[in-house]
Amino acid sequence: MTEPVTTESSTTAKSGVDVASFASRRTLVLRRFVRNKPAVVSIAILVLLFIGCYALPPLLPYSYSDLDYFALQQPPSTDHWFGTNALGQDLLAQTLRGMQKSLLIGVCVAFISTVIAATVGTIAGYFGGWRDRSLMWIVDLMLVVPSFLLVTIVVQRTKGDIVWMIVLLSVFSWMISSRIVRGMTMSLREREFVVAARYMGVSNTRIILRHIIPNVASIIIIDTALNVGIAVLAETALSYLGFGVQPPDVSLGTLIASGTPSATTFPWLFLFPAGALVLIIFCANLIGDGLRDALDPSSKALRRRKARK
Amino acid sequence: MSLLEVSDLTVAFPTDSDVVNAVRGMNFHVDPREVVALVGESGAGKSASAMAVVGLLPEYAAVSGSVRLHGKELIGLSDQDMSQIRGKTIGTVFQDPMSALTPVYTVGDQIAEAIEIHQRGTTRRAARARAVELLDLVGIAQPERRARAFPHELSGGERQRVVIAIAIANDPDLLICDEPTTALDVTVQAQILEVLKTARDVTNAGVLIITHDLGVVAEFANRALVMYAGRPVETASVDELYENRRMPYTAGLLGSVSRLDAAQGSRLVPIPGAPPSMAALPPGCPFEPRCPLAIDDCRIAEPELLEIAPNHRAACIRTDQVAGRSAAQIYGVSTEPPGTAEEATDPKVVLRVRDLVKTYKLTKGVVFRRQVGEVRAVDGVSFELQQGRTLGIVGESGSGKSTTLHQILELTAPQSGSIEVLGTDIATLDSRSRRAVRGDLQAVFQDPVASLDPRLPVFEVLAEPLSANGFGKKQIDERVAELLGIVGLQRADASRYPAEFSGGQKQRIGIARALALQPKILALDEPVSALDVSIQAGIINLLLDLQERFGLSYLFVSHDLSVVKHLAHRVAVMYKGTIVEQGDGDQVFSNPQHEYTRRLLAAVPQPEVNRR
Repeated sequence: MTEPVTTESSTTAKSGVDVASFASRRTLVLRRFVRNKPAVVSIAILVLLFIGCYALPPLLPYSYSDLDYFALQQPPSTDHWFGTNALGQDLLAQTLRGMQKSLLIGVCVAFISTVIAATVGTIAGYFGGWRDRSLMWIVDLMLVVPSFLLVTIVVQRTKGDIVWMIVLLSVFSWMISSRIVRGMTMSLREREFVVAARYMGVSNTRIILRHIIPNVASIIIIDTALNVGIAVLAETALSYLGFGVQPPDVSLGTLIASGTPSATTFPWLFLFPAGALVLIIFCANLIGDGLRDALDPSSKALRRRKARK
Repeated sequence: MSLLEVSDLTVAFPTDSDVVNAVRGMNFHVDPREVVALVGESGAGKSASAMAVVGLLPEYAAVSGSVRLHGKELIGLSDQDMSQIRGKTIGTVFQDPMSALTPVYTVGDQIAEAIEIHQRGTTRRAARARAVELLDLVGIAQPERRARAFPHELSGGERQRVVIAIAIANDPDLLICDEPTTALDVTVQAQILEVLKTARDVTNAGVLIITHDLGVVAEFANRALVMYAGRPVETASVDELYENRRMPYTAGLLGSVSRLDAAQGSRLVPIPGAPPSMAALPPGCPFEPRCPLAIDDCRIAEPELLEIAPNHRAACIRTDQVAGRSAAQIYGVSTEPPGTAEEATDPKVVLRVRDLVKTYKLTKGVVFRRQVGEVRAVDGVSFELQQGRTLGIVGESGSGKSTTLHQILELTAPQSGSIEVLGTDIATLDSRSRRAVRGDLQAVFQDPVASLDPRLPVFEVLAEPLSANGFGKKQIDERVAELLGIVGLQRADASRYPAEFSGGQKQRIGIARALALQPKILALDEPVSALDVSIQAGIINLLLDLQERFGLSYLFVSHDLSVVKHLAHRVAVMYKGTIVEQGDGDQVFSNPQHEYTRRLLAAVPQPEVNRR
């Protein structure tokens, strides 16, 4: 058969059968994900946080840099919902501003570094040979570079530009995951279903996208979720050392850093930004869990019991 | 008093939702020097019963009933007390000899360890000497030298011999063999059975053997318990069982075994359906949904295991309907090969392989890889496959049969020799025409679990080859629905994942996927060897039907000669990378020319008792 055509027999033989639609994988995964309530709630919260931190500040009476001299170091009140700091800055406005930065950095870095890791890992593992050798050589090189120092030096020159920070943090955080993905890919490559797909004339790109990636998805997704937290923490560390976000601008990192010394006496300074950070990371992890369960048909939690005759 | 006395044994595994009753009331005994076989499909509770005897079930398993060895109750003993019995009074042989041995110790040390643990005061030297003796006993050549070998240096058969040596090291009274030959080649299987017979004679032990291979039962066992859904449904001496089985299930099992004396194309008798879920058994006979002789009474109560003849018990109320009828009559199917409609005098050759060679380089060194030799995996193989016919390639593992198959499926120019698919030499293919040829040459793999992507629902599995070859959405839906019908699956199955299907159903999905592009040639790599016999029969019948319906040509690779006999028109026997004998199926089987073919044929265990 040189042309992909169905012969008469195949179209007429089952003409009575309703062939309207078979549920594809996408709908099945979606159905399984929606059934996982915590994950759905988490995704709603995360989306709300994202929208909130951009949409709310213009509606507030104070911006993050305004000073209210009549409310210094005040606990939460109807005027200042999250309280104020020693300079009289509104903590709600500051937390929202910080979340803008941290969410953007966290999500972008996690996403970009995971994409790099998955691409490099699957290509190196699936094809092997010179691709594998050169890519792994790059990974080894990147691993021995003192990345944190490098990032601090470059970020300092860019004056805390957030785009640069995202790029730099992503470039230095994909190596370990890509090694794991490569290892898993190498064992998957020998599996019969991959061989079968190859014999069926499925292209290599398609095999990687449809067979390899879904089968390493659980590790990739967990990795992404964890990377959100790690990226936010890395940004915090940079800001704490004075290399990241520069004052008067704030991030969750700088807020937590400045709130930590007075965490016991003026707890709201520490609790609100830290709570926002925990909430973000918690939601990211729950979403990761939900996605993994939805993608992995063998995961127990969501498996409907089927009465087999 | 008998050696082992098991009464009312039950084993239950609690799971998250239900309790799985794996064994529901086993009663049997083993006498000294007697070989008792537990037979049945996977999931029938064979292994769970045997493991309950040695106390090797996981801790959460609930075991009740009584297991008496020499009159001493074993159930309820602490793990420490059981350790005194395991390996000393009870020896165990496991299915997979690779995982039963520790890879980091020499086999001699492992045997010596078994002796030293149970016979305090044995000196190291004495234990070593005994280990060498035992290796000699189980038929390992040069035992002195081989005792210093590591497990990976031995072949599969030799490893199994070592496992047997460990099992009999302390002169046990009871040997438990869990599928001891399943993972081995046919010729090795026969040798291992011989070794087990020797082991029994030397130790005078009773043997409890678990197997699904009815040929092994006929060759080796004295008495058999046919198990279904956690209970014995028929027990009798082996002679009686094979000649005068009275339970429809036993008849079905025996009828579904492929035989060497059957004609090409003859159908087998499959048992319809699949074993019941052990979590929620309905009242009545558990075999009733699959039984061709079921009547209303069968649904009311589960029949007791009653004596129907001296030493012959069956749990069935329709035994009188089974006696004296063939399996085909009982199951109401015809085993006759359908009349060969038109025997084309000169069928077209669809696949021609000439002087195919595949070698692997052996290299040494890390930095400078220097070649120290080569392995000729396939060494000058030539054969032809004609349209609508089946070529069976048989041989042991390592004979190069799978390498040959994959070399053809790769569709790339071989190292040496030529492969012609439908008249096109594949060395001349570019990527475009290769894709076209791929549509005509499809493969079905051995392990239905590994060959289906666990992350893809069945619809996507079947749609994959179609969408890869440019079919539209509507065409794909139509074709998938049609394919499901062809292999006998439900339309609703399309949105389920492979893990939710039984082995036989998974293999049907694999076949459906291979048929998606309407190929002319199907390459079958041991398509039934991972399946239960009763399921095998269904798949073999399906393959025969498909060949008839679509005029497919099969390239069938298998180590199972009796399956090949059923399917193949022509047979090629491979040994160490070369074809030692090739010819028409009937000829090769009835009048083998080459020494190796004769050995292979002699080694096949047959489910007939009078062969002994």
